[in-house]
Amino acid sequence: MAQMNLLQAINNALITAMTDDEKVMVFGEDVGHFGGVFRATSNLQEKFGKGRCFNTPLTEQGIIGFANGLASQGSVPVAEIQFSDYIFPAFDQIVNETAKWRYRSGGQFTCGTLTIRTPYGGGIAGGLYHSQSPEAFFAHIPGMKVVIPRNPRQAKGLLLASIRDDNPVLFMEPKKLYRASVGDVPDTDYELPLGKADMVKEGTDITLLAWGAQVEIIEKAAAMAQEIGVSCEVIDLQSILPWDVETICGSVCKTGRLLINHEAPLTGGFASEIAATVQERCFLYLESPIARVCGLDTPFPLAHEKEYMPDHLKTFEAIKRTMDY
Amino acid sequence: MQDRNHLSDVQPTNSVCLIENGLIEIPMLQLLDENGHETNKEQSPEIDEATAKRIAATMQYIRLLDERMVGAQRQGRISFYLACTGEEASTVASAAALSSDDMIMSQYREQGALAYRGYTTEQFMNQMFSNELDPNKGRQMPIHYGDKTLNFMTISSPLGTQIPQAAGYAYGQKMSGKPALTICYFGEGAASEGDFHAGVNMAAVLNCPVIFFCRNNGYAISTPVEEQFKGDGIASRGIGYGVKTIRVDGNDVLAVFAATKKAREVALAHNCPVLIEAMTYRLAAHSTSDDPSGYRSKSEEEKWHAKDPVERFNKWLDGKGWFDKKATDAYLEKSRAEILAAVKKAEKVPVAYIDDIVEDVYDTPPWHLKKQLVELKAHIAKYPEHYPKTSGRVK
Repeated sequence: MAQMNLLQAINNALITAMTDDEKVMVFGEDVGHFGGVFRATSNLQEKFGKGRCFNTPLTEQGIIGFANGLASQGSVPVAEIQFSDYIFPAFDQIVNETAKWRYRSGGQFTCGTLTIRTPYGGGIAGGLYHSQSPEAFFAHIPGMKVVIPRNPRQAKGLLLASIRDDNPVLFMEPKKLYRASVGDVPDTDYELPLGKADMVKEGTDITLLAWGAQVEIIEKAAAMAQEIGVSCEVIDLQSILPWDVETICGSVCKTGRLLINHEAPLTGGFASEIAATVQERCFLYLESPIARVCGLDTPFPLAHEKEYMPDHLKTFEAIKRTMDY
Repeated sequence: MQDRNHLSDVQPTNSVCLIENGLIEIPMLQLLDENGHETNKEQSPEIDEATAKRIAATMQYIRLLDERMVGAQRQGRISFYLACTGEEASTVASAAALSSDDMIMSQYREQGALAYRGYTTEQFMNQMFSNELDPNKGRQMPIHYGDKTLNFMTISSPLGTQIPQAAGYAYGQKMSGKPALTICYFGEGAASEGDFHAGVNMAAVLNCPVIFFCRNNGYAISTPVEEQFKGDGIASRGIGYGVKTIRVDGNDVLAVFAATKKAREVALAHNCPVLIEAMTYRLAAHSTSDDPSGYRSKSEEEKWHAKDPVERFNKWLDGKGWFDKKATDAYLEKSRAEILAAVKKAEKVPVAYIDDIVEDVYDTPPWHLKKQLVELKAHIAKYPEHYPKTSGRVK
């Protein structure tokens, strides 16, 4: 066990995966000798050689197209997109190619070994193009898995599972927490299961659900709610696609109330999918409308970042409204 | 850390002079003239009799298959077809110059390369009829072939996407240490996609053993090349990316074979990409959904009929004493019968079981796909007459 921040845990997971399997290759913009603009790939080129950790030209569609070919050949590519805001040039390669590769070929060929790592989320004064949370775009793509960790231990275990999963995984890293989140990370090679939510704190009055950096926001709101006598069950979804319907619905059937929080804009955000599914499955158990505390339906602003964010205070107010319904 | 100087190769000039396209003129390699005579015997590739005959037979077979399947589409027996008439030499002779270990990534008009690899009439039919024997399990439109055992990557409709993919596949081949490369086919229209730029540049920078094979057939559906690009075709771009490049007469089997052979040697020896631009003409309509009379003249088409790659190669075979009219006619007759029988057989094979609709999205269907399948099957069971393809065979 060692104390690591989120970046060190990711670096540790990459070293673990590359040591374990020589087919694992890491590439993207500036990931080579320099070690990545966030240092997530530090020392990989020195340890594993230029053949397995290398810079690519500055082309996101190229990086993912290249990764698709490499994965279908039998290698294990871990491609980095420098900011998730810049993943859109590769959208065609991901939606039409990566995700459909196995289905369209009748299982003859797959891109299952591919993992795409990308920093996401606000809170770092990143403005429009260094703050986005595009998970909902990818949740609409059959064939993809989408995974988001919340702390160093989760990051290592989920990243190792993503690299070894036989399906393409988009692994989104909350960059606000890269250095801010520090915790114990096992030195061992371990995996955390994909498709499973994580029960952070049990409660009885309302279920609070979030993922990535927003988990600590709902934890904070839960602590405030505790002071006024509301017991919150806090869940980290961890996997956006496929998501853990059993855990969420089990919790809502117990508490009768649900609040979902995400940074991405409200309309078409993944909270909509969860809310619709939960109301279908838990209709007779719901005591109040499902609350969504999300980013505004605007581009992500710079000067008004604090106002834009679905913070603990907005969450706390929504908890009270839901409880009083 | 070493100091770099990105100006080290740049020559200064004191003349205000714009460099124009055309300073370098890329010639077209032609080794066989339109009468089937060799233009430069010393440069002609070595092709043994068996290979030459296999190339000729494959070209003839594909032309026949195209004719018959365009007919089958007109009769409503299959939903779609896409012929490669006029481009048989480009695709068959290039495939003939490869090793069977080399991966082929194609666009959609390269059935000749697939037939050369050994894809059978029955396999062609099962794919086109989307039946349960189709290796794609009936999920893709006709002509989207793929065969893992033949190293032929399954085709997809989005244009140009296979170009950076081929670079990645080739990189993996290089890292695995096996002496094999990837050939990537695409049309001159697809070369306008961003993925062309991405893929060729990446292959050059990352030293990937890949052959980029462009079929420049003059049209992308109705769009002529003058509306596709302003430069000297596709070949001139290869030079800009630092990629070894050659332009060939795409209706000339000897030129295509020689260029591809050379490209393969160089790509494997130096771990580098090579770009081949084959100049040809799409004698066929773009697809069965297209009528070229709306955008080009009969007289233009006739000029290209005179350059027919199949006829030209037959003349060369004849000159070598390898052409047997009687045997060719007998082969065509046999193939015609085989194709007709295969059509009749494939159209009687049912589509896959409905359970298959949720397979292969992931390695195993997650909870939501399982749930959707249960609901779908219950619905089909309630209205079986509305879903005749599957309702009789619900597992």
